[in-house]
Amino acid sequence: MAEHAQVHAEVHGHDHDHHHDHDHDHDHHEQSFISKYVFSEDHKTIAKQFLIMGLIWAFIGGAMSVIFRLQLGFPDMNLEFLRPILGTWINETGKLGQEQYLALVTMHGTIMVFFVLTAGLSGTFSNFLIPLQVGAPDMASGFLNMLSFWFFFLASVIMFASLFIETGPASGGWVVYPPLSALPQAMSGSGLGMTMWLMSMSIFIASSLLGSINYITTVINMRTKGMSFTRLPLTIWAFFLTAIIGVLSFPVLFAAALLLIFDRSMGTSFYLDQIYIGGEALHNQGGSAILYQHLFWFLGHPEVYIVLLPALGITSEIIATNSRKPIFGYHAMIGSMIGIGFLSFIVWAHHMFMTGMNPFLGTVFMFLTLIIAVPSAVKAFNYIATLWQGNIIFTPAMLFSIGLVSVFISGGVTGIVLGNNALDIQLHDTYFVVAHFHIVMGSASFFGFVAGVYHWFPKMFGRMMDAKLGYIHFWITFIGIYCVFFPMHYTGIAGFPRRYYSHTGFDAFNKFADLNMFISGAAIVTFFAQGLFAFNFVYSIFRGRIAPENPWNATTLEWTTPRVPGHGNWPHGQIPHVHRWAYDYSKPNADKDGFGDFIPQHIPLSQTPNSNTEHDMAHSHKAQHA
Amino acid sequence: MTSVIVISSLILTFAVLILLFRIQSLVAVLKGSHETVGTSNKVNAAMMVVIPLLMLVAAAMHYPHAAKEFHLPIASEHGVWTDDLFWITIYVILVMFLITNAALFGCAFYYQYNPNRKASFYHDNPTVEIVWTIIPAVIMAVLVFAGWRVWYNTMEFPNDKNAEVIEIMGKQFAWQVRYPGKDGVLGKYDFRLIDDAKGNEFGIDFEKEGADDDFLARELHIPKGRPVRLKIRARDVLHSVYMPHFRVKMDAVPGMPTEFVFTPTKTTEEMRTETGNGKFNYELACTEVCGKAHFAMKYIIVVEEEEDYKKWYAAQKTFLEDKPEFKGKGMSSLKKKNLASAEKEVKTEKN
Ligand code: HEM
Ligand SMILES: [Cu+2]
Ligand SMILES: [Cu+2]
Repeated sequence: MAEHAQVHAEVHGHDHDHHHDHDHDHDHHEQSFISKYVFSEDHKTIAKQFLIMGLIWAFIGGAMSVIFRLQLGFPDMNLEFLRPILGTWINETGKLGQEQYLALVTMHGTIMVFFVLTAGLSGTFSNFLIPLQVGAPDMASGFLNMLSFWFFFLASVIMFASLFIETGPASGGWVVYPPLSALPQAMSGSGLGMTMWLMSMSIFIASSLLGSINYITTVINMRTKGMSFTRLPLTIWAFFLTAIIGVLSFPVLFAAALLLIFDRSMGTSFYLDQIYIGGEALHNQGGSAILYQHLFWFLGHPEVYIVLLPALGITSEIIATNSRKPIFGYHAMIGSMIGIGFLSFIVWAHHMFMTGMNPFLGTVFMFLTLIIAVPSAVKAFNYIATLWQGNIIFTPAMLFSIGLVSVFISGGVTGIVLGNNALDIQLHDTYFVVAHFHIVMGSASFFGFVAGVYHWFPKMFGRMMDAKLGYIHFWITFIGIYCVFFPMHYTGIAGFPRRYYSHTGFDAFNKFADLNMFISGAAIVTFFAQGLFAFNFVYSIFRGRIAPENPWNATTLEWTTPRVPGHGNWPHGQIPHVHRWAYDYSKPNADKDGFGDFIPQHIPLSQTPNSNTEHDMAHSHKAQHA
Repeated sequence: MTSVIVISSLILTFAVLILLFRIQSLVAVLKGSHETVGTSNKVNAAMMVVIPLLMLVAAAMHYPHAAKEFHLPIASEHGVWTDDLFWITIYVILVMFLITNAALFGCAFYYQYNPNRKASFYHDNPTVEIVWTIIPAVIMAVLVFAGWRVWYNTMEFPNDKNAEVIEIMGKQFAWQVRYPGKDGVLGKYDFRLIDDAKGNEFGIDFEKEGADDDFLARELHIPKGRPVRLKIRARDVLHSVYMPHFRVKMDAVPGMPTEFVFTPTKTTEEMRTETGNGKFNYELACTEVCGKAHFAMKYIIVVEEEEDYKKWYAAQKTFLEDKPEFKGKGMSSLKKKNLASAEKEVKTEKN
């Protein structure tokens, strides 16, 4: 009851602000280039900044994987031709150096997980869609939002710079476990490169927290009139839960990083104990290397969902829109996201089954881990049920969303194997794990990211991307990622360990020369196929077909804005009110009300007497009396 | 010179492609053929079944070749249990994978856009929701239970009657193995006693009991048919003992000794016959990234019949026979300033 009154009051408040803002805007029309495009506080501009940074990083991170895949797939190949790019990382024999291999793997993982799929994905779409879909003129705090991007930018600059220093960037794997990462004498990447990694990540965490706090506040406080939580599009639910997970888990990573900084530079022993290295016994005693892993994975596992949930939210929206059908099991979808979000905090030690932690603890974490498969399965079923009896239009976004569901299933089922600790004895830290997480987390989130770009590009840039190029892009990518990651299960079952520079040293693992070559070939093709996307993206920003206001006939509020929404999103601060959920697609009798196969969220029930269901009426009745 | 030609021809090809693309899109605009749902929708719908089917066929045809390679023969008791469970789980998830992917792509194809049909407004069914929550929950419960039994018998309460105790230590970038000798007791160690230059790489403390008859070995010899308790530690960074044929893996952590108990079931000789590879050797690898030569931390394991093992064991020279200068050397040989903390350490160890 109170809640509603509050929303109401606030909306009025906004209207006010709005007029104000708008007048304000007039003086600002001569805004300098800098405040408009660089230090902008507009959520749409910030979203585009995140998008472009994210895409740049994606190409850098992808190129790195192609380079180390060359080493793995073609161990005898002369890589001299890469010297112009890699310089001394190619050694005298024309091979990628061994430490440089690890450096590339580490940077690839860090970049992909944090910079592309956390900042790039969440930063772009949470920023762009939250105000537009909840009906708000901007984020709760434009300034914090701007800081969030510039912190990310700073983190990026530091990480990028670390690629060029003499001792090389951090090289201990993206998880940077101590003691390896704590001791500069253990490998050259643990020197200055590691310091820069820690600096960069600390700043990155600040960026992520600033963003998340803003997203949460905006969703809670700035929904337009009528936009109750049960009318929020699933995208917003996903971004909202992601932000909460981020706020609860990133500080723990910060703590882990801080203690590591202390161990590295102030002689403390949080993670170090009884170490003899480089011909001397270190003074450090009493620390625990395992403590770091607990702290790291307390973020690390939720992080998997931080990258995945936004992709799933985006997919929900795209699948419903292009099936011309309401999402199946709206409440079950929310319920399972909340379930996943909660469970994601109590499964972290499944990454540590073989660290020597008490085996009983392993049992507990196996139970918890396999429970999380249930809400994940429910989500997959609901997506399929949404397609069922739909009338499907295959836009490029829709293709990538269907692809996402497929890889989410294919990668998810192998999680059932890995979560079973008895099976993890053999599979832990092998390519089976690499295959699993690339499919379920890497590919699924990447597909969600790309799908989102195709889908909301028209609202971002006012132009359409080319659909045909999009189709080709999808099919090459879809086939490509299965060709790259599916065979890795085989090498994993054979036991080939991850982060290995070469598979030829062991008879047990040295049986897959052909397969490795195939994987590397497929990776190269897949990587270069992303050029189609890059071209389509850049080309369409400038030359794409002019987009209509609502190109996909979707119901959500962002499509009621002008072709290119200005500052404040709706002209004259006229924020639409919401009268129904986001999924009134193909509603029976809508045609009698003069609507096609969708009724946007802002259409009052009074305009649709024929198509209103009993449920609609009950809901609005409740809302009025609340 | 060649690179200039290659680069300029690449640029040229790229330019031509862009031009073609531009012409194609302009023609499309002129023809006004940019509605979202045209023939390409049918093509994409068809691809939704054709491509996954083709991939499935390709995978199925390739499978027998791959399967020949990835089946590592099993050489331990619990390895049989974990492998059985692994393959059962794989079959279960394979079924789930096939059904759900078939439903996904089947629906995508079958419900492709048709101007004469309207999508249904069907969006909720609590019964269905409950059913498909319970089905995976039951499957998970069964797998969890099966997994827990194996884990319990392998890790929590392994059979360790008369277990042979052996220590393995990881360092950058090699493994080292120590045997307790005739008394069956591994001597104490302290990391401050490690001295690579003189040869005490384990930091064995020869003032304490049990160390005198310890010996080191160049290969990991283990007896067939009797449990082996592998005591695992690391002295610099994390490593991880991985013995793929034995389905054994356990991290080696500086400051925190770990262990793994397992029972080998096939000698190296038997495995040579079984695989038909006269040069077969069991290998031990490192699976926790530890630096530059992580990928090269190989160690050979030799499994022998009990009597051969006993014979080999008895023939080994002890550490002190090899390096008599260490006799009696222990913590008190360290400099005073290190000792302060050393004594504290000894006290806590006793507790
Ligand atoms: C072109 C596509 C990609 C290819 C070919 C690729 C390939 C690989 C390979 C082969 C490894 C293992 C290297 C090793 O252990 O020696 C690896 C590691 C990794 N990749 Fe990717 N990857 C790709 C995209 C992605 C994406 C989209 C993500 C996002 C989640 C990702 C995240 C990671 C992570 C976290 C690691 C682990 C790094 C580490 O071991 O520290 N990759 N990648
Ligand atoms: Cu996890
Ligand atoms: Cu290693």
